[in-house]
Amino acid sequence: MAEKVLMKGNEAIGEAAIQAGCQCFFGYPITPQTEVAAYMSRRMPKVGRVYLQAESEVAAINMVYGAAGTGVRVMTSSSSPGISLKAEGISYIAGAELPCVIINIVRGGPGLGGIQPAQSDYFQATKGGGHGDYKLVVFAPASVQEMVDLVQDAFDVADKYRTPVMVMGDGMLGQMMEPVEFKERPKKELPEKTWAANGLRGREKHNIINSLFLKPEELEDHNNKLQAKYKEIENNEVRYELYNCDEEMDLVIVAYGTLARICKNAIKMLKKEGINVGLIRPITLWPFPTEAFEKVMDKTKNGFISVEMSCGQMVEDVALSVNGRKPVHFYGRSGGMVPTPAEVANRIKGIVGGAK
Amino acid sequence: MAVVFERPKALLDVPTHYCPGCTHGVIHRLVAEVIDELGILDKTIGVAPVGCSVLAYDYFTCDMYEAAHGRAPAVATGIKRSVPDSVVFTYQGDGDLAAIGTAEIIHAAARGEKITTIFVNNAIYGMTGGQMAPTTLPGQVTETSPYGRDVNTAGHPIRVSEMISTLDGAVYVERVSVDSVPNIIKAKKAIKKAFEIQLKGLGFSFVEVLSICPTNWGLSPNESIKWLRDNMIPYYPLGVKKDATTGEVK
Repeated sequence: MAEKVLMKGNEAIGEAAIQAGCQCFFGYPITPQTEVAAYMSRRMPKVGRVYLQAESEVAAINMVYGAAGTGVRVMTSSSSPGISLKAEGISYIAGAELPCVIINIVRGGPGLGGIQPAQSDYFQATKGGGHGDYKLVVFAPASVQEMVDLVQDAFDVADKYRTPVMVMGDGMLGQMMEPVEFKERPKKELPEKTWAANGLRGREKHNIINSLFLKPEELEDHNNKLQAKYKEIENNEVRYELYNCDEEMDLVIVAYGTLARICKNAIKMLKKEGINVGLIRPITLWPFPTEAFEKVMDKTKNGFISVEMSCGQMVEDVALSVNGRKPVHFYGRSGGMVPTPAEVANRIKGIVGGAK
Repeated sequence: MAVVFERPKALLDVPTHYCPGCTHGVIHRLVAEVIDELGILDKTIGVAPVGCSVLAYDYFTCDMYEAAHGRAPAVATGIKRSVPDSVVFTYQGDGDLAAIGTAEIIHAAARGEKITTIFVNNAIYGMTGGQMAPTTLPGQVTETSPYGRDVNTAGHPIRVSEMISTLDGAVYVERVSVDSVPNIIKAKKAIKKAFEIQLKGLGFSFVEVLSICPTNWGLSPNESIKWLRDNMIPYYPLGVKKDATTGEVK
């Protein structure tokens, strides 16, 4: 077992990427993720790899496009407004089927918004963000340890499916310090990157990294191919945690990231008052863990509550998963306001009717 | 019988989509001849822009990328940093490079990225059908400057080569033209030098090529050549703007 070290979330992201074989990092400073870039600028040259501060998030994501096309593992990181700027490049990366890892340490929006933790980029991450029919695999860690594990998994998933993967944490997760262990990871069987454009080097036909298909028939074929890939990801890569969901429940919370940890504390508080609440914690926001709802559907008396640090975004996927079979409630704070366990518990008591 | 003229190995044997009289074909050929002559086809990676030469990736036989509008220098940076022994070039038009991609080209040059940019300047947006470009001359009529470019409202054309030559990371900057055989020969020499500078790892190299657009200028190819000579060359003077290998700065 590897040694546990105390690390700030943002720095742990950097180290996890390095240990996953990330060859290039292209960044741009933005609060609250700047420590990722700072860590990479210290470490990458020491291990003979590439750190480069781009002139903008736009340039950084296009450098990612260039590097990913050559077949190396590459990462960029940013926070909400910066991810908006990267959206163009992410669409091209998805269109050209390039693997890469994108970190989003989310802060409150819209616009310049604030610099405090939020989850208000859920729509942007899971429903598109950029133009066109594409999907991002989105991992939502709830602890620094899980962030380390998921960043490493993200590189494998990206390579396996030739697709961009986002690891999305809120500002809290980036800034907090927790003990982490960098585990020895078994080598994954991954497809060879025969598509990489890194120079012919004896290859007969040139490789082209491209997302342009001028003939409608060809673009539709390409889209169908992408959709088939997304279907496969939906079948294979869904991740979630069920917490306290074994018995009959008064309500089931759906929450992700650090907020899910706050909700666990709320669940413990409510238990003392005789209210039994379960938790579905999506670990992949896309593909959304719809199957988790089937496991608890018959056990929840009052349905579900989506608890978010946003104004009601994930609740739409909760409603789609529940599909009218049970009530769906919502509780959200925004702008960098982080609900306390007591606030979550109070909202739940309002729904289930106080102590039993 | 000795072969005295043939298609460069760096170009595919396919028809291009360029309009009759367009000089993109000549410029493609010059780049391809240089790749052949330097024997670097195996390690060259090209980046096509958005604009008339968007499909350049279908014409060159080396590995190719198609970049987002204006982002070719950033894409090329990602490629070169990942595969340092490769030879990376971007091929960009004036809308792509001098408007939407200004930040990317300036910073790639400032960083001294070891890449080569071929900048094709025809003073107009060609692919979208002839709109005003950052390089459109004062008074020039385009679809979006129907009364002629009025510098009071639309601002002034950008002399990109002169701007790039002020940056320390740029090692070699030259403006050439493909309006005549002697100038085509000079253009090839400049492109070759630009690639050689990259091969030596000296820094960023940049060749601006004045080019014609008969279709969107509304002129015949011959009239277009004359228009380029009479209007573009006076505003965009030809020659080496900077050569750090000799210490020359103009």
